[in-house]
Amino acid sequence: MLTETPIGLYCAAGDFHIDPWGAAPRALITHAHGDHARAGSQAYLCADACLPLLRQRFGADVPVQGQPYGEPLTLGGVRVSFHPAGHILGSAQIRIEGDDGVWVLSGDYKRAADPTCAPFEPVRCDTFITESTFGLPIYRWDPAADVVADIVAWWHANRAQGLASLLFCYTIGKAQRLLAELAAITDDRVLVHGMVQPMTEVYRAAGVRMLPTETLVERPRGTSMAGELVLAPPSARGTPWMRRLGALSDGLTSGLMRVRGVRRQRSYDRGFVLSDHADWPALIDTVRETGATRVLTTHGHAEPLARHLADLGLDTGVLRTAWDDERGADDRE
Amino acid sequence: MTPFAALFAAIDATTSTTAKVEAMRAYLASAPAADAAWAIYFLTGRRLTRLLSARAIGDWVSDATGVPGWLMQECYAVVGDGAEMAALVLDQMPVAPDAPLGLAAWLETRIQPLRGQPPERQRDAVLAWLRQLPRWERFTLLKLLTGELRVGVSQTLVVRAVAARAGLPVTTIAGRLAGAWTPTAAWFDALIGAEASADDLSRPYQFALASPLEPGRDTLEALQESLGSPSEWQVEWKWDGIRAQIVRRADTVALWSRGDEVLTDRFPEIRDAARTLPPGTVLDGEILAWHDDAPLPFAALQQRIARQQQIARVAKSVPVAFVAYDLLEQEGVDLRDRPLADRRQRLESLLRDVAAHPMAPAPVPDGRLPFDPPESGPVTQVLRASAQVAAGADTWETAAAARTQARRYGVEGLMLKRLASPYVGGRRRGDWWKWKIEPFTIDAVLIYAQPGSGKRASLLTDYTFGLWDGDELVPVAKAYSGLTNDEIAEMDRWIRRHTVERFGPVRHVEPVHVMELGFEAIARSTRHRSGVAVRFPRILRLRPDKRAADADTVATLRAMIRDQRAPAG
Repeated sequence: MLTETPIGLYCAAGDFHIDPWGAAPRALITHAHGDHARAGSQAYLCADACLPLLRQRFGADVPVQGQPYGEPLTLGGVRVSFHPAGHILGSAQIRIEGDDGVWVLSGDYKRAADPTCAPFEPVRCDTFITESTFGLPIYRWDPAADVVADIVAWWHANRAQGLASLLFCYTIGKAQRLLAELAAITDDRVLVHGMVQPMTEVYRAAGVRMLPTETLVERPRGTSMAGELVLAPPSARGTPWMRRLGALSDGLTSGLMRVRGVRRQRSYDRGFVLSDHADWPALIDTVRETGATRVLTTHGHAEPLARHLADLGLDTGVLRTAWDDERGADDRE
Repeated sequence: MTPFAALFAAIDATTSTTAKVEAMRAYLASAPAADAAWAIYFLTGRRLTRLLSARAIGDWVSDATGVPGWLMQECYAVVGDGAEMAALVLDQMPVAPDAPLGLAAWLETRIQPLRGQPPERQRDAVLAWLRQLPRWERFTLLKLLTGELRVGVSQTLVVRAVAARAGLPVTTIAGRLAGAWTPTAAWFDALIGAEASADDLSRPYQFALASPLEPGRDTLEALQESLGSPSEWQVEWKWDGIRAQIVRRADTVALWSRGDEVLTDRFPEIRDAARTLPPGTVLDGEILAWHDDAPLPFAALQQRIARQQQIARVAKSVPVAFVAYDLLEQEGVDLRDRPLADRRQRLESLLRDVAAHPMAPAPVPDGRLPFDPPESGPVTQVLRASAQVAAGADTWETAAAARTQARRYGVEGLMLKRLASPYVGGRRRGDWWKWKIEPFTIDAVLIYAQPGSGKRASLLTDYTFGLWDGDELVPVAKAYSGLTNDEIAEMDRWIRRHTVERFGPVRHVEPVHVMELGFEAIARSTRHRSGVAVRFPRILRLRPDKRAADADTVATLRAMIRDQRAPAG
């Protein structure tokens, strides 16, 4: 049904690529992150909820068409539908039904509740292609509410000491999830880096309730940032932008922060383990719920997850992507 | 355990030294004295001798959780720390809290009695404890059991925290924390007490440490520019032995290593020679294996270090000397604030006096009579003043020339100490420099890579290098350090894209990258496939200008063994 090509997975029966990393005539997109949605294809198809995110990233005139979750569409010899993946706003699994049975490609997904997007829906299939970013038993997430409570405690402790709290997070999805989770605890305004604001506005327009945000440049010169919570992408770390914050404590929100050595290597004060990917038990449970007899793993720790699933009696394989060789790929979450 | 684990977490959660000191001060103010004593024991970098191997614990955790061994290995490759990996995997096991127990009670009634128990008893006990503890405490316990607990604070910060807790000067606490002590409630009370204790008597001073003279700063012009005239400096050999202090006070003698280990009874000839020093004397120097006016290689000294029993017999085959280079205390007076030139003069005259009129040795506890001769001949052979190199020269040329001869004399290079400087404990840049000899170098090919540990887990930073033997690359050295963070990240990406074969976490890569390796010494070895073992290999730089075919051969390396032996010049 799907074959690996130099620019990504290709469905010959439907004549389309999925999340291609090169220019394709027709691209089906699971979600709006940079390692899944690349510019340059001639036509894009995605879930309805993903449309505003792609337009924000690629410009309003990008040739993109939306499809409601769960509604099938016939492309060539296959029927295609998008199903919520729970990863970020508009993220989808792609179900393909054809002569080779039913295939589901998970894209990135998580099983934990997220106030910014529709929850993951298990879809029955014969072949399941699952992400495996955190495909090792060391990865196991605490409830998001606990992590957010830790973040708030850190923020307030910093405020008491006159420090700004600089929290690094990915600008699409993670930042908005934090702003939405925090809205359950506080009404305080949060400062954001200029790269965080545009996508936050897209989320707001989509009806996601979040804390009010303001960019640093909107604040008068010389205003003290002590006591503020500031969200910024990891790429802003060490740039002159940080000077305006004054004395600060910094942290990163990522599943990677589960490992102390990784946090220490990047010398963040704090690591908050909050991920938009499935943890190890969620990966195993999800594979079971799909009822698939064949599972292909991709992204991150694909080999160990595949081997473990093979030990459980499934037919398995590993799909390589252009991103596997980039250690930084795990940062895209 | 909970407050101590929380302290460990608090220190781990900040890079601010002020915050670390405050966390320690607050802990020490609220913890019971016995717990505080043990906490300081670990905070100052002391460790329990390993009770259990990380591997054994890994096996138990594997059995208890059903995570198979190969998957544990994959996890280890990402985490780079056996105890942390086990704690993370154990997270699937629910916590059944037990009554809280203090750190001292944990160590004294649970952890230490585990030593020597049959493995099944150890396993059952450890798994039962692990079930009671939340994640971070599991991690802390596993670190204690494997003897790997390292808390990220320097001795200086601990001293500051204890001083703040006790309301005493930092220097007093630093003195009391030096040397060996047993962590007990009474010890902690004495540590923070206002009264001086009897134990203060045998304590060494904090060792002064030298900074390396960076390459490029060691040309004759650069030396003249940054250090001034050599007449302002004392130049000595940099000995390759064990740094130590002889503390001779009242009727005691103690020989302390820089790692705060008491070596007094390991080196009876130094102990006996030190007894002839007048009470109230502290010498800083180096223990060296010594024969006929010349030091023996460090390997010879290692035989003495390894030996706990039958010391007298080994002492005959490997004689040692204490080469003194500083006098820190004389007649009970702390001389550290006086200039080195003054201390050096006193040191030389003291050693001359001792040789001419040795004090009657103090009575020894093992019943030998006080006028028995020392075990290994004249005191002058055991206690020596470190020779000065190139004394009185006007330019750095003489010292530089001496340095080129260092390998021939079995030393590591030169030490430069400012004659006007006081003796300052710790590593303070400016007055003490070590100017090591150029290492041996080879151009080798990267053939294997695997993830580093600790901070470098998940980055492929542990490299194995090969040299050509015919048309085959034979592994000759493993090296971990020497590249910048950017270079490490770039190599990491390259390795992932050019892996030929994987054996668990180890990747066999295409033979493309040539790097220049440096190492201190080289010896024949039957345990290495190349037949050669190198000491302290490290990466000096990338050689992008060289192709794999241009790398050195095993024969080149073997030839270096001969060079090392031949007298230089």
